[in-house]
Amino acid sequence: MNIIVCVKRVPDSEIRVAIADDGKTLDSQGIKYVLNPYDEFAVEEALKLRETAGEGDVTVMTLGSDDAKETLRTTLAMGADQAVLLKGEPSVDGLGTAEKLAEAIRDRECDLVLFGKQAIDDDNLQVPAMVAELLGLPCATVVVELEVSDGKLEAKREIEGAHELVRFELPGVVAAQKGLNEPRYASLKGIMQAKKKPLEEVDVGTVESRLEVLELKKPEERSGGVIVGEGPDAVPTLLQKLREEAKVL
Amino acid sequence: MARTSSLDYFDTESLLSEEERAVRDTIGEWVDEKFLPVIGECYIEGRFPKELIPQLADLGAFGANMPEKYGCADLNSVAYGLIMQELERGDSGVRSFVSVQSALVMYPILEFGSEEQRQHWLPKLARAEAIGCFGLTEPDYGSDPGGLITRAVKDGDEWVINGTKMWITNGSLADVAIIWAKTGDLDDPGSIRGFIVETDRDGFVAKDQKGKLSLLAADTSELALQDVRVPDDHLLPNSSGLRSALMCLNQARYGIAWGAVGAAMACYQEALSYAQNRVQFERPIAGYQIQQIRLVEMLTEITKGQLLALQLGRLKDRGELHHGQVSMAKRNNVNMACEVAREARRLLGANGILVEYQSMRHMANLESVYTYEGTHDIHGLIIGEDITGISAIS
Ligand SMILES: Cc1cc2nc3c(=O)[nH]c(=O)nc-3n(C[C@H](O)[C@H](O)[C@H](O)COP(=O)(O)OP(=O)(O)OC[C@H]3O[C@@H](n4cnc5c(N)ncnc54)[C@H](O)[C@@H]3O)c2cc1C
Repeated sequence: MNIIVCVKRVPDSEIRVAIADDGKTLDSQGIKYVLNPYDEFAVEEALKLRETAGEGDVTVMTLGSDDAKETLRTTLAMGADQAVLLKGEPSVDGLGTAEKLAEAIRDRECDLVLFGKQAIDDDNLQVPAMVAELLGLPCATVVVELEVSDGKLEAKREIEGAHELVRFELPGVVAAQKGLNEPRYASLKGIMQAKKKPLEEVDVGTVESRLEVLELKKPEERSGGVIVGEGPDAVPTLLQKLREEAKVL
Repeated sequence: MARTSSLDYFDTESLLSEEERAVRDTIGEWVDEKFLPVIGECYIEGRFPKELIPQLADLGAFGANMPEKYGCADLNSVAYGLIMQELERGDSGVRSFVSVQSALVMYPILEFGSEEQRQHWLPKLARAEAIGCFGLTEPDYGSDPGGLITRAVKDGDEWVINGTKMWITNGSLADVAIIWAKTGDLDDPGSIRGFIVETDRDGFVAKDQKGKLSLLAADTSELALQDVRVPDDHLLPNSSGLRSALMCLNQARYGIAWGAVGAAMACYQEALSYAQNRVQFERPIAGYQIQQIRLVEMLTEITKGQLLALQLGRLKDRGELHHGQVSMAKRNNVNMACEVAREARRLLGANGILVEYQSMRHMANLESVYTYEGTHDIHGLIIGEDITGISAIS
């Protein structure tokens, strides 16, 4: 079973980011980058499927700059077999990114393409479905359970208020949701072996972007809250305020 | 998963390699996600969270700087130090556990053991299928271990060991003990040799040290050996004299110099965030000069400690480390951490005495760290002898 996992390098969610002077991008100063948390589930699932199958290869792929090699090595340290860096600037336009990924995946033999359901930087949730479309493959997104047998894949998806069970024949595309598994830690030995594993670099040229970012704005500062009282006596006032002032109920 | 942001005022980050950072972040994540949620409860219960040992083994935390052929990760000294820093950011107890297993049990077997002993023990210890302890200190011989009175006497092709060891970390948990005993005259520290002693041998009794007010989430025990017999091949063949035992301590002290920085980082971070959120007289207490200076002093000392530890590691990796430098780093960084923990506890006011916060736990732990592996005073005397050429001890 050969699996390709597409991953992205994103700013660490625990770090407070600043907007750069151009007003359209993040100020990269002082940002710590990590493997996109949803992609961790995808990598873990790929490793588990390979372990269960007892054969096959896990290839991790990213579209990004040289810095993204560090992110790829994180996945190699977790246990992936090899990595591919598609050298180019990831586009805010999901389609631009999807085209490059699809092109690279088409050339390789693979039974399953795994993604995280979204990258926590742009929050577009576009790329997995677009890659599937471009490759003409079935796609299951927001997957919390996954089973593969006899060339068929069954996935449990999270939908509003329920779960949906879908099945397709491999090859296909799956986008992982939190809860799919518990990602392993890279072992220290894994970290040392990562630099000896193959990391292929492919020049993919300019990534097309049909979308332009006009402005990046921080949400307005929250003003101080109100303490409506203490204990059960305060509940009616709280409910009233939530209903009438905050209008969240 | 994202890790608690690291504390790095002088961009020491840029002095680390990608692997060194990856090692630190991996252990750091584990500490944040698996260790910190349980340590408070364990501390109150007075028990070491031994259920976490297999996870540490899976990570490869034991003997992480030892060769791959014994199942280890073969990290450099800086990466090893960063592991100690992150573990002690959790608690000095878990760092002590890993320090003992790695620097005081695996190291002597690697350094003074036969190839058979290495093959037999190191992979097992790396996987934590065996837990080890290190028995040097005795009731009457602490700072002066050369005086120890545990004896090993040859009887045919066996050694018979008699003596008592005190304050032994992991003593009750251990499957195997490295016991230091005199094989010759009691006046002759040169006759001290190391022995690998399985703790289930007849005559070997470990007793938990009760009544500790420090390192509550760690096992500290007394070992009594009465006519314990081990085969001749349990002697560490290349150990010779007190010097060998001190070489082990030097490895462990190296890790402590890093570990103390981790404990101090945890306290500083807690103090900073508390000061920013706690409002008195209608202002966050971080807005008052006294608390700002308190925080600045903490951060300054931590930053100096980080740079000291890092340079110590680079020297060790270059093979140029001098034992006086290890003493200075252990002495400075542990003392620094003691001060930082105390100041953090004070800044936290009444909350600072609770186990929900970390500072008082670290403060109490660090008193042990200040004392073990050579007290603060003794390390001062080691450096003193080095710079004056005059020993204040002997
Ligand atoms: C929690 C804990 C875990 C430990 N784990 C281990 C372990 O795993 N294995 C092991 O072998 N040991 C272990 N130890 C023992 C530790 O190394 C000793 O406690 C330490 O070496 C000090 O010895 P002591 O307690 O007997 O103090 P002493 O040597 O009696 O010292 C008492 C005081 O006198 C001072 N002093 C001593 N000599 C001089 C001098 N010449 N000049 C000036 N001042 C002096 C000391 O600095 C100290 O302040 C542990 C100790 C603790 C607290």
